[in-house]
Amino acid sequence: MSQFIFLMNNFLRKQNFWFVFTPYFWLILFFFIPLALIFKISISVSEWGMPPYRDFIDFSDGGIKINSTLSNYAFIFSDSFYLRSFLNSLSLAFTSTLICLFIGYPIAFYVAKSKENIRNLLLILLIIPFWTSFLLRVYAWKVILQGSGIINVILMKLGFINEPISMLYNQYTVILGVVYTYLPFMILPLYGYLVKFDLNLINASNDLGAKPLKTFIRVILPLSLPGIIAGSMLVFIPVVGEFVIPELLGGSDKLYFGKIIWDEFFVNRDWPIASALAMSGILILVIPIIIFQLMFAKYNFKNE
Amino acid sequence: MNKSLLKIITLAIGFMFLYFPILTLIAYSFNENKRVMLWKGFSLKWYGKLFQNEQIIEAFLISIKVASLSATFATILGVMIGYSLTRISKIPARPFFIFLSSSPLVMPEIILGLSLLLFFISSNHLIGFPSSKGQLTVLISHITFSVAFVAIIIQSRLSSYDKNIEEAAQDLGTLPNKIFWKITAPVIFPSIVSGWLLAFTLSLDDLVVASFTNGPGANTLPIVVFSKVRLGLSPEVNALSAIIMLIVIIAAVFYYLINRSNIKK
Repeated sequence: MSQFIFLMNNFLRKQNFWFVFTPYFWLILFFFIPLALIFKISISVSEWGMPPYRDFIDFSDGGIKINSTLSNYAFIFSDSFYLRSFLNSLSLAFTSTLICLFIGYPIAFYVAKSKENIRNLLLILLIIPFWTSFLLRVYAWKVILQGSGIINVILMKLGFINEPISMLYNQYTVILGVVYTYLPFMILPLYGYLVKFDLNLINASNDLGAKPLKTFIRVILPLSLPGIIAGSMLVFIPVVGEFVIPELLGGSDKLYFGKIIWDEFFVNRDWPIASALAMSGILILVIPIIIFQLMFAKYNFKNE
Repeated sequence: MNKSLLKIITLAIGFMFLYFPILTLIAYSFNENKRVMLWKGFSLKWYGKLFQNEQIIEAFLISIKVASLSATFATILGVMIGYSLTRISKIPARPFFIFLSSSPLVMPEIILGLSLLLFFISSNHLIGFPSSKGQLTVLISHITFSVAFVAIIIQSRLSSYDKNIEEAAQDLGTLPNKIFWKITAPVIFPSIVSGWLLAFTLSLDDLVVASFTNGPGANTLPIVVFSKVRLGLSPEVNALSAIIMLIVIIAAVFYYLINRSNIKK
């Protein structure tokens, strides 16, 4: 019997072992090592050839020589072109997150507060665009805003304009495209928090004499804060690296971070610069977000 | 009265904004005219053209194949992570494990794609694997960024349900792997399904990571569509959008009906 228990324990440990080991191994191999590689290449010296950077450790002269440099970082931080594209991306992400929040909050609120059968139907209607191809939803705006597109046709029929105005390919169409495609990412987490929220709290607040605005600011908003943060993260982070929307709807008036990385890699074939840009993005954007999330999780945990 | 009017107007405008572009695209897919925007008459011509377009059909099949494989592997790994983080106390370097399993969520896809491409090239130089970029490299990349999404779904399900049931079974002498298959797995089954579906959609929708890691014979549907619409409009893509919308709406209706009958029970 004791031997049986021993064998069982052993097996449990084995199952646990594989449950931890398999994803651990996968993520180290295909997530962590590639990131480390970006770091390595970002401090390598670029040169013509394949791969287009000098070997990190050079044995060719008989001795060991380490080819490493911070000049790629110095270069991207000294050239305002890169800095500006990063700031453009940050401001695009910030603006569109705010707009998504302002449009998304009332929608999420009213959907969450509908009667159950209507609510389920509305929820499905919210999920349908979320499931529809992201690329096609961006493309739809390209069709709508074309010179001979539906908006221009309507405006001309109504007599506001005599000839088609060009609405495509500028920073505002990029914002429109981003808001449109990322809106469901804002609404769904907000809905998730608002639907759990007890309506009686609003009634209680009203009964105690609070004005609707005060009820909103003091009761509803704080309780939906986790949803606001979750939704904002889901919009903000991917938009900073967004490549597709500016490429389809944007013009040459503003360049964005994602496009710059893409071009440095595919067009200029400058791997070290592309890697240094990616690495800077991780240091400036991703690490603070991870730290923020850990702190926020702790704060939430304490409050619960 | 005033309040419910405000509610109806808000919802109407909101849903109009969400649906107007999609519906416009569908309407124009029936346009006879080759110039996408000028209406010439009703026609199913572009649907015919679409089904004859071998490039799109092939890309569609590749996308489905990669997405279903990726979703399956990502779900297996995601379940393992979710289970580990909620049920296994001894994980070596636990904070590092948490970091690895959650940070793909906050990594911009352009950086993920770049890092994976550099990794595949270096690994090819070092050990000759993968021998070339293709469906395998796209598959590996898609699994890698989908795992975190599945893990978070499974983890939230597992941490919200009562651990005591498993412990009771353990006290009654149930074998550990039986506990997993007879108790834990059925409890998290709905989450496994949603995790799989999410991973499937993520893979099907991905353009950026696939653009970095694809190779000959691995042009997924988004890559082909993107190359068609990058510089102009394509009536065939309009027809494709309409078909995809139709599939999504049918799936959504099914989902709604199933949910409704569940609620009634």
